[in-house]
Amino acid sequence: MKLALVLFIAVTVALLGYGYYQGMHAAPTEQTMGHIQRIFYYHVPSAWTSFIFFFINFIASIWYLAKRNLKADALALASAEMGVVFCTIVLVTGPLWAKPVWGIWWTWDARLTTTLVLWLIYVSYLILRRFSDSQQTPTLAAALAIFGFLDVPIVYMSIRWWRTQHPQPVIAGGQGSGIDPEMRFALFANWAAFLAMAALITWFRYRLAIGEQQVEEEHRARALRSQLQEVR
Amino acid sequence: MSILTLALVNLRKDLRLEWRSRDTLNALGFFALLVVVIFSFSFDPNAEESRRIAGGIFWVSFVFAALVALNQAWARELRNQVLDAYRVSGASPAALFIGKAVGNFLFVAIIEALVSPLFVIFYNLRALGSSWLLATVFLLGTWALVINGTFFAALCARTRSREMMLPLLLLPISLPAVLAMVEATTALLTGEADPGMWIKLLAGYDIVFTTASLMLFETVLHSE
Repeated sequence: MKLALVLFIAVTVALLGYGYYQGMHAAPTEQTMGHIQRIFYYHVPSAWTSFIFFFINFIASIWYLAKRNLKADALALASAEMGVVFCTIVLVTGPLWAKPVWGIWWTWDARLTTTLVLWLIYVSYLILRRFSDSQQTPTLAAALAIFGFLDVPIVYMSIRWWRTQHPQPVIAGGQGSGIDPEMRFALFANWAAFLAMAALITWFRYRLAIGEQQVEEEHRARALRSQLQEVR
Repeated sequence: MSILTLALVNLRKDLRLEWRSRDTLNALGFFALLVVVIFSFSFDPNAEESRRIAGGIFWVSFVFAALVALNQAWARELRNQVLDAYRVSGASPAALFIGKAVGNFLFVAIIEALVSPLFVIFYNLRALGSSWLLATVFLLGTWALVINGTFFAALCARTRSREMMLPLLLLPISLPAVLAMVEATTALLTGEADPGMWIKLLAGYDIVFTTASLMLFETVLHSE
C-alpha cells in the first residue's frame, strides 16, 4: 500500500515535469497569439479536471443518500474541495489569457459565466458543510450537491442564449475545429499530470476526512459513556 | 388523508395564522417598498432607460423581499418542536412542503401585485409587449424563487446562523431563473425581443426544481 503510494507520487511528479516541458518548450508556438497561448496547457486541463471532480462529488452524494455510507461523504467533501481549487485556477488563468488576446479581462459569455456559477455553487456547498452540525452535514450537503448539479445545464443553456464570445471547443468540437497534434499531445500530457496530482491530493484529503469522522465518533462515544457513569 | 387534502390543511393553517398576525405581509411589503424607493434614488432614469432597467430592478427587489419572507417560513414550525411532532405523525412530508410552498407563493405574489403599481408610477412604465405574457412571467418567476427558497429555508433551519445561510445557498442556484425573469420582463417592457425562449426556460426550471424539492424534502426533514 505504502509502496504503491510512493510510486504514485513519483509518477505524478514526473508527469508534472514532463507536462511542463511539453507545454512550455516542445509544443509549437501559436501563430497569432504567440507564447501567450501556452497558458492553454494550464487553463483547459484545469477546467476538465474540475468538472470531473464536481461529477465525482455528485456521484458520491447520491451514493451517500442511497447507502448512508460515511466514506461516500468523505469522498464528496474531498472531491468538492479539489473541484473548487481547479475551478479557481480556471477563473484566474482565464482573465490572464483574455486580457492580451481579447483586450478585456472578463466577458459574460456562456462558458465563463457557467464556470463562475459552478464555482459559486460549490463554494456555497463548502460553506454549508462548515455551518451545519456534523451529524446532519452529510445529508444536507448531499441534497445541495444534487440541486447544484441539476442547475449547471440550465445555467449553461440560459447563458448561451444570452451571449457567447468564448472560442468553440478545439477538442471534440465541430467540423473545422482542431489543433496541431503536438499541441494536442502537450494538452493531454498536462491533463494526465493534473489528474494524477488531483487524485493524489484527494486521496490524502479523503483519508483526513475519514480520520475526522472517527475522532468525532470517539468524542460522541466518550460523552455517552460519561453520561452513563453519572446515571449509575 | 390524501396528499392533496393534507397539503390544503397545511396551507389553510398557514394562511389563517398569517391572516391573524399579518407579520409576513407587513414586513415583506414594507421591505419591497423600501427597495423600490432606494433604487429610484440610485438610478433616476428617464422613461426610455427605465423600460430597459425596470425588469432588473423589479426582480432584484423581489428576490430580496422573498428572502426576508422565506427566512421566517419555518420559524413557527421550529418553535415548540412542531416539526418533530410532524415527523413522528406519519403524515406525508411532501404535503407539508407543498402547503408551505404554496403559502409562500401567495404571500410573495400578493406583495408583487401591491408593489407593481408603484413601479409603474415611479418609473413611468408602460409595457410595450403583451401583458398576459408579463403575468405568466411573474407567476413562473415567483414560483421559481419560492419553490427553491422554501426547500433551502428548511435545509438552513437545520444549520447554525440559518438566516445568513439562506441567501448564500439560494442565490447561486437561482441565478439562471433570475436571468430568465429579468430578460423576459425586459423583453416584454421594451417590446424589442421575443420572450418565448426565456418563458420556456423558466417553466423548465420550475419543473426540474419542483420535482427535485419534492423528492429530497423528506431526506432533509429527517436528517439527524
